[in-house]
Amino acid sequence: MKYLPLIWASLWRKKLRTIFTLMSIVIAFLLYGVLQTVNHAFENPGTGVSGADKLITTNRFSLTLLLPFSFKQQIRSVPGVAEVTWITWFGAYYQESKNFVFALPIDTDTYFNLHKDEFIVSADQMTAFRNARAGALVNVALMKKFGWRIGDKLPLHSTIWTNKADGSLNWTFDIVGTFDAKDPTQATQQASTVLFHYELFDEGRSFGKGQVGWYEERIDDPAQSAVVSARIDALFANSPNETKTQPAKDFAIAFIKQLGDVGFVLRAILGAVFFTLLFLTGNTMMQSVRERIPELAVLKTLGFTDGKVLGLVIGESLLLCVSAAIAGLALSYAVMPIVALGLSGIDLSHGAQPLGVGVAVLLALIVGLPPAVRAMRLNVVDALMDKR
Amino acid sequence: MFKQLFAVSWMSLSTLPQRLGSSSVIVIGIAGVVAVLVSVLAMATGFRHTVADSGRPDRVIVLRGGSDAELNSNLTREEIDIIGNAPGLAKDAAGKALLSDELLTVVNVPKIATGSDSNITLRGVGLQLLKVRPELTIVEGRMFRPAVRELIAGAGAAKQFRGLKVGSVLHLRNAEWTVTGVFSTDGDIHESELLADVDTVGSAIGRSTGYSSAVGLLTGADAFDRFKDALTTDPQLKVDVEREPEYYAAQSKQLTHFINIVGNTVALIMAIGAMFGALNTMYTAVDARGLEIATLRAIGFGAAPILLSVMIEALALSFLGGVLGGTLAWLFFNGHSVSTLGGAFAQVVFKLTVTRTLLIEGVLWACAIGVLGGLFPALRAARLPVAQALRAA
Repeated sequence: MKYLPLIWASLWRKKLRTIFTLMSIVIAFLLYGVLQTVNHAFENPGTGVSGADKLITTNRFSLTLLLPFSFKQQIRSVPGVAEVTWITWFGAYYQESKNFVFALPIDTDTYFNLHKDEFIVSADQMTAFRNARAGALVNVALMKKFGWRIGDKLPLHSTIWTNKADGSLNWTFDIVGTFDAKDPTQATQQASTVLFHYELFDEGRSFGKGQVGWYEERIDDPAQSAVVSARIDALFANSPNETKTQPAKDFAIAFIKQLGDVGFVLRAILGAVFFTLLFLTGNTMMQSVRERIPELAVLKTLGFTDGKVLGLVIGESLLLCVSAAIAGLALSYAVMPIVALGLSGIDLSHGAQPLGVGVAVLLALIVGLPPAVRAMRLNVVDALMDKR
Repeated sequence: MFKQLFAVSWMSLSTLPQRLGSSSVIVIGIAGVVAVLVSVLAMATGFRHTVADSGRPDRVIVLRGGSDAELNSNLTREEIDIIGNAPGLAKDAAGKALLSDELLTVVNVPKIATGSDSNITLRGVGLQLLKVRPELTIVEGRMFRPAVRELIAGAGAAKQFRGLKVGSVLHLRNAEWTVTGVFSTDGDIHESELLADVDTVGSAIGRSTGYSSAVGLLTGADAFDRFKDALTTDPQLKVDVEREPEYYAAQSKQLTHFINIVGNTVALIMAIGAMFGALNTMYTAVDARGLEIATLRAIGFGAAPILLSVMIEALALSFLGGVLGGTLAWLFFNGHSVSTLGGAFAQVVFKLTVTRTLLIEGVLWACAIGVLGGLFPALRAARLPVAQALRAA
């Protein structure tokens, strides 16, 4: 620690150069922080899905094919299944197709029993929802986004389901209450969710009656998820509607994996960034040591051991890299909300920032070691004679 | 003036090899930026080529009104028949309209590279398929036969997904389907799909009464308005009519836009980093040549040629970096086949396409970084106090 002023002074020997080098490391780690966080979100998308005790049952042949409503009885009777509910993709938007709304027709009792204690809904509004046939519970963030108020009529356009009443794709709901998820990551994922009654949906649609998109199950013991999944699928094997049951987390992972080689692209970019940075910083360190050869020789003459000189140069590299990295990572943390806007629905809460500091230390060692070794091996007499 | 400029620039460029280490910082730093920029934008370009260039202006797609995409749409047999009688459609020798009634679904097929299930479009197509889509050619095997469980796979899908070789058997919903051929449609989006007879697909997925869309060939691109007006004014129908290129351009817009934003943002941030590197290098170069520059000034060289010579050096190095980065991106990624989830819940296979425009764009970025990185060091060189610099040596 007592050498810190010395390291500090040598770092600022050429102010401009140090500032430029600092800035490029800051930028590299800004990119690192952002890209690694996005990458992590793509590779571990399940973190926002609540609990390991949830399963999803879809049509094995195709996600777009529906399953009979009657399956609920059979699934409910499978040992290990605590609750089952059913949901259908409604494909809705509000006014314009860019205003996507994740509207879900739900069976109120089973849905809220399955997601017990996961939602924040006031008791009054819950009662109002149960009593209103065309009622809708809207996520608080969505209410704010469009400036809706409780009591408003909510017209939604479904891209799939025709309304029997007038043959159009328009459905109108009454906003009777709001909800929010308790878990903050779930809350971001559900930011555009609207919940309404399955009964209204099933009676109102002009085709597909008695069929649902998928089933969700809560199981008693998460450790049994594979066994329970197999039991559910066995019920419908060799029928025209074979099912595929998997943990909700795996379902989310499989879906995001379909986006393809996102991780590969992000890693390739990071590789390019760091290779470039390594080269740049390494060069600066080399240069700065080269220029200071006589000074280092003086230090050695004064009695600094080889090891200490080595430590000084590496310390300088560490100070440069780590402080710049921390600044860059802090910056990436600050811009994360903006990135999250562009990637709505993807959980970005698990920042890669702590790991970034480790990467910075590694970087500092790689770029600091060659010049440090050079400084250590310096022959005092030669170095002093060489006027450079 | 030009003579001076030429002499000074040549002098600085010819001493470049002596500053190889620090000069390469510019070249490699900028090559990194350009390689990333070009590769990411090549992805957007490839995707756009595949999706947005699908279809031809004299071919139309009819969907149920308000459906946005084929997968959401639903048309009845009666509606298809009305569409088939609309004016403007081309007819075959027997007088039948060139209209293909189509039914889309997505099926789970594992991806070869990862083994994970992916959504592939299975498109049921009508008997007029080959007349409606004359660009479709069988490149391997043979066409499927109607009324039996046979399908043909797009060339792109066959490469990316498992079990789509000629002769393989696919288990789809409790039944076995044979892949009888692989087809090409000049690299458009349909090469990511599986095609089979529409009624066989309909009965297999239990949707024998409905269709997704109707795709028709017009007598010419100018027949579109007549055809569209006839359908939209028909009180029995509630449909959206679009030319194929417009439909597919809309389908690809969102993802292309997204990739472009990501690519440009990342490249911009990297470019700022590379600019700091360039500044460092050029300041070092100017410092190292301090004596030389002062001497030149002393014997009568003007400030402008000195300034320009530093700029030229920075530009030359960054140009080199830009070319290097573009070449690397082209070598490693051009034609690289990838797949992602397209607009409609299904995989789209496309190739990264490094176009000449992209390469030029990359080199322009490189030169911009070079100019910004060279400007301040150049100003310092030009303003160097001559006497002081000479004495310092």
